[in-house]
Amino acid sequence: MTMNSTGRPTSISPVDGAGTLTTVTGSKGLLQAEGLIFEIGSTDKTGVDLAMPKGIKSRLGGVTRGAPTGLPGLTEPEAVRHYVRLSQRNYAIDLGLFPLGSCTMKHNPRLNEKVARLPGFADVHPMQPQSTVQGALEVIEELADWLRKLTNMPAVAMSPKAGAHGELAGMLAIRAALIARGEGETRKRVLVPVSAHGTNPATAVQCGFIIDEINAAPDGRVDLEDLKSKLVDSSDVAGIMLTNPNTCGLFERDIRTIADLIHAAGGYFYCDGANFNAIVGRVRPGDLGIDAMHINLHKTFSTPHGGGGPGSGPTVLSEALAPYAPVPFIVKTAEGLRFVEHHSEAPDSFGRMCAFHGQMGMFTRALAYILSHGADGLRQVAEDAVLNANYILARLKPLMSPAFEGYCMHEALFSDGFLKDTGVETIDIAKGLIDEGYHPMTMYFPLVVHGAMLIEPTETESKAELDRFCDALASIARRAVQKDPSLKTAPHLAPARRLDETRAARSPRLKWTPEAPTLKAAE
Amino acid sequence: MRYLPLTAVDRADMLKAIGAKSVDDFYGDVPAAARLQGPVPGLPSHQGELEVDRHMTRLSRKNRAASDGPFFVGCGAYKHHIPASVDHIIQRSEFLTTYTPYQPEIAQGTLQSMFEFQTQVAALTGMEVANASMYDGSTACAEAAVMACRVTKRNTVIMSGGLHPHYADTTRTLCEAAGIKVIQLDPAIDGELELGKVVNDEAACVIGQSPNVFGTLTDLSPVADAAHAKGALLVTVFTEVVSLGLVKTPGEMGADIAVGEGQSIGVPLGFGGPYVGLFTCKSKFMRQMPGRLCGETVDADGKRGFVLTLSTREQHIRRDKATSNICTNSGLCMLAFTAHMTLLGDKGLTQLATLNHEAACDLADALAAVKGLKVLTPRYFNEIAFSTPKPADDVLAALEKQDVIGGVRASRLFPGAGMDNVIIAAATECVTAEDIRAYAAALAKVL
Repeated sequence: MTMNSTGRPTSISPVDGAGTLTTVTGSKGLLQAEGLIFEIGSTDKTGVDLAMPKGIKSRLGGVTRGAPTGLPGLTEPEAVRHYVRLSQRNYAIDLGLFPLGSCTMKHNPRLNEKVARLPGFADVHPMQPQSTVQGALEVIEELADWLRKLTNMPAVAMSPKAGAHGELAGMLAIRAALIARGEGETRKRVLVPVSAHGTNPATAVQCGFIIDEINAAPDGRVDLEDLKSKLVDSSDVAGIMLTNPNTCGLFERDIRTIADLIHAAGGYFYCDGANFNAIVGRVRPGDLGIDAMHINLHKTFSTPHGGGGPGSGPTVLSEALAPYAPVPFIVKTAEGLRFVEHHSEAPDSFGRMCAFHGQMGMFTRALAYILSHGADGLRQVAEDAVLNANYILARLKPLMSPAFEGYCMHEALFSDGFLKDTGVETIDIAKGLIDEGYHPMTMYFPLVVHGAMLIEPTETESKAELDRFCDALASIARRAVQKDPSLKTAPHLAPARRLDETRAARSPRLKWTPEAPTLKAAE
Repeated sequence: MRYLPLTAVDRADMLKAIGAKSVDDFYGDVPAAARLQGPVPGLPSHQGELEVDRHMTRLSRKNRAASDGPFFVGCGAYKHHIPASVDHIIQRSEFLTTYTPYQPEIAQGTLQSMFEFQTQVAALTGMEVANASMYDGSTACAEAAVMACRVTKRNTVIMSGGLHPHYADTTRTLCEAAGIKVIQLDPAIDGELELGKVVNDEAACVIGQSPNVFGTLTDLSPVADAAHAKGALLVTVFTEVVSLGLVKTPGEMGADIAVGEGQSIGVPLGFGGPYVGLFTCKSKFMRQMPGRLCGETVDADGKRGFVLTLSTREQHIRRDKATSNICTNSGLCMLAFTAHMTLLGDKGLTQLATLNHEAACDLADALAAVKGLKVLTPRYFNEIAFSTPKPADDVLAALEKQDVIGGVRASRLFPGAGMDNVIIAAATECVTAEDIRAYAAALAKVL
C-alpha cells in the first residue's frame, strides 16, 4: 500500500467480505448495537431530579404497593442515546418514499407539530371550565366546518379516536336510526364487499350486525348484479359498508346506483373514507348519496402516523343520521361555544364513545394543514396524488402485472401474475425493496387480487423520487423474472434479517423477565 | 404550495408519459354531477406558514393553560411535568413519521420500544401481560368488559358507582351494541366494595376503580374473591397511573383484567387526547385480548428481534371474527410513556408518587381549615372530593375570577345525582405550596 509522508494511506484498499465483517461491539458503523432498558438500566438510576418528599404520614389507608416495580431507570444522556439508537432501526417518511397502499403516508408538516405544542392547546385540561377553553372549542368547530364543507355533509362527529373508531361511530348511528324506526331487531344484515378493510366487518359485528359479503366484478368494482341479488329480500338489510375510492384504488363508478339501491331497500350507506386523499377538494362524498363516512385525519390531513397511532377519525353524517351522533358535541350559545356532554341533553344520541372530546392534538395539526393548503391546495393534493400513482402504474406496467385495466386513483395495484413460475413471491418483492432503501408496498391486500401489491406514493413525492423508486422496483421485477435466488432471502442490508413470526406466535414472549433473560442482542 | 414537490413541467411530462390529456381523465369514473369544476365553494384559499401560525396562536391564547396559575383539575387527566427529552425523542423523524411496524426488518426501533413498554406496564400493574396500548383508558375499559364476556361466555357487566362516568358511558355504548347487559351502581364516593355484594352467577365481570373518580382508594381483593366465587372476572380501572408507584397493584388485588389511562406519564393534557390506554390481563386470557401485541423472536441470522404477534386475534386477519375492530394503537403516546418511564425508573416513580400524595395531603389540610368545607374522600392518592356550603358551580366560577382553576364539580360528571355541592380536586407535583395557599384563600373569600 502506498503511503504519504505522515503515514496516511494514499489509496483505499479493498476489504474482502466487508459486509460480513463482525465487530466486537455488534455495531455496524453508524448503526449502534443497543440492548433492552432492562439490560442497560438499573433500579438505582433515574433521569429525573425531583424535589425531596417531606416524609409525612401516608393517607393511603393501607392500600399500599407490596413489591416494588423493579423497573430500571436511565439518566438523560443514556435514555436519549437509547431511543436515538432504536430510532435508527426504523424506516420513516422523512427518510424516503413510503408506498404503503391504503395508508397515505404523506409528509407531516412541522408547522403542525409546532402549533399542537402551543401551551394553549397542549396544556389545557378537558374538564376545566368551558369559559377558559373557548379557543380550543373554536379549533374543533373550525375544523368541523371544513370537514362538513369538503364532504358536503350536514354534521360531523368529532370524538372518534381513529379510523376504526369512526367506523364504529357511523355504524352505531345507523343502529340507533334503525332502532328509532322500530327496525333495530329486524334489520341486521350489513353488506360488505370482499375487498373491504378488515375493520369494516369487525366493526359491523361489534355493533351486533351480521355480514353478507358482496363479490367483486372482474373490473375491480362492486359486482352490481351480486349486490342486487342480495337485495331481493331486503327487509333485513341495515346497510352497506363500501370504501370509495375502493381498496383496489378504483372509483366505484356505480356509486350513485348503489346508494339508490341501498336507500330503496331501507338501508343506510356507510362509506369508508380511508382513501379520501384521492378525491379531497374534487369530489364531495355528500354528492354521492352516502349517509356516513369517517375521515382519517392521519391520512388525508397529514397528522403523523407515529409508528401506529394516535389516529383520529371524525365521522360525517347525513341528515338522517345526524340526530344520533355521539356526545359530546359543540353547540353555539349566547355566551359562546359549549359542549353537550350528557345523554340527558341529547336523548337521541347513541351515547359516548370515549372519555372527553376526541383527539384535540390531531385537530390542531389537521387544521393547520388544511388552512395551509386551502380549498385550492387540497384540490391540487388529490390531483397530484392521483397523478403520481398513475405515473408509477404507467412506468411499471411493462414489467409487472396491473391488477385491472385503465387508470387508477391514488394507488396502483399489481397482482403477482408476472411472478408465475419464478418461485419468487410478493413478499420477496417487498423484502427486496427494503434492500433498495424503501419501505415495501402493502402486500397481499386487497384480498380479491392474487399476491396483491398496492402502491400509494401520495402527492408529497417529487418526480425524481418517483423515478428513483420505479427504477428500484423495476430492477427487482427483472431480478424476479430471472429467478434471482437472493430475493428469497432478502432483506440482506436491513438492520434485521427476516424474522421468525411463527416462533413468536407459537411460544409468545410478550415481556422481558429476569428469570429467563431474552437472547442477547448482538452476538 | 410548499408541501407539493411537483412543478407544472413535471405534471405535464408525467401526463405525457402516462398518455393522458389532463388529470380529469383519471376522474372519469366519477358521476358527472359530482365532479367539482373548481375548489370546494365557501372555503378560503391556501395561506403561508406565517399566516397559519398567527391564526393558530391567536386561538391558543384564548385558552387558559394549566401552567398559567393555580390549577387543580383531575378526574381522569392530570397535569404532570414531562421531561424535555421525552418530547425530543418522540419528535425523532424515525418514530414520528413511520407506520405500524408491519415490516419488522425496518421497524425494530418501534418494536423494541413496544416490547419495553409492555414489560413496564406489566410491572407497574403487577399483571402478567400487557398489550401495546389502546386509544385511551375509557376505550380500554369498554374493551375489557367485552373481553370478559368472551372469556366467561356470560352476558352481564356490573360497574361500580365510583367508576369514571365517561368510562362507564363508553363501556355502556360498546356493550349495548353487542347485546351485553350493563348494570351500573349508584354514584358513591366510597362504594367500590359494593361490587362484591352484588356479583352474581350471570355476571361476566365486575368493574371497579381505584383510585376512583372521587379519588378514593380501595383494596379490591375482597371483590376479586367474591367475583371468582361466582365465576366472574374482576376488571380494575385506574385513571392516575402515577398512583401505582405507591398503591396496591391490580395484580396484588387479584384482578383478571386491569386497564387504565397512561396519560400521566409522558403525555400532555392536550384537552383530552390523544392519550394512551393501558390494557393488561392474566396470561391465560392472552389470546382473548384486543389490540396489538409485540413479541420476541429471532431473525434469519439467529439474532434477537421483535415482531407484532398473535395477530390471528386481529381484524386484518380475522375480519368479522376478530376480538375487536381496533386497528391502530396509540403508538407515539406509547413511546412518550415508555421514554418517560425509562427516565423515572422505579426510584423516580416512587418519588414522584410520594410528591403527588404529599401535595394532596397538603391540599386536604388547607381545605379542611376553610370554614364550611368538608373533605369527603376517606383514603386517597392525589385527588379528593370535598363539599362546600354553596353550589359547586358558583364556587368554581368565583374561583375562576381569581384565576384559580379549582377542580371539577361532581354535577358535571353526575348530573342529577344530588352532588351539586361537591368539588373534585387533584394535586400533583406541579402544585406548589403557594398554589394551595392561593386556593384556600380564594375559597375563604368566596364562601
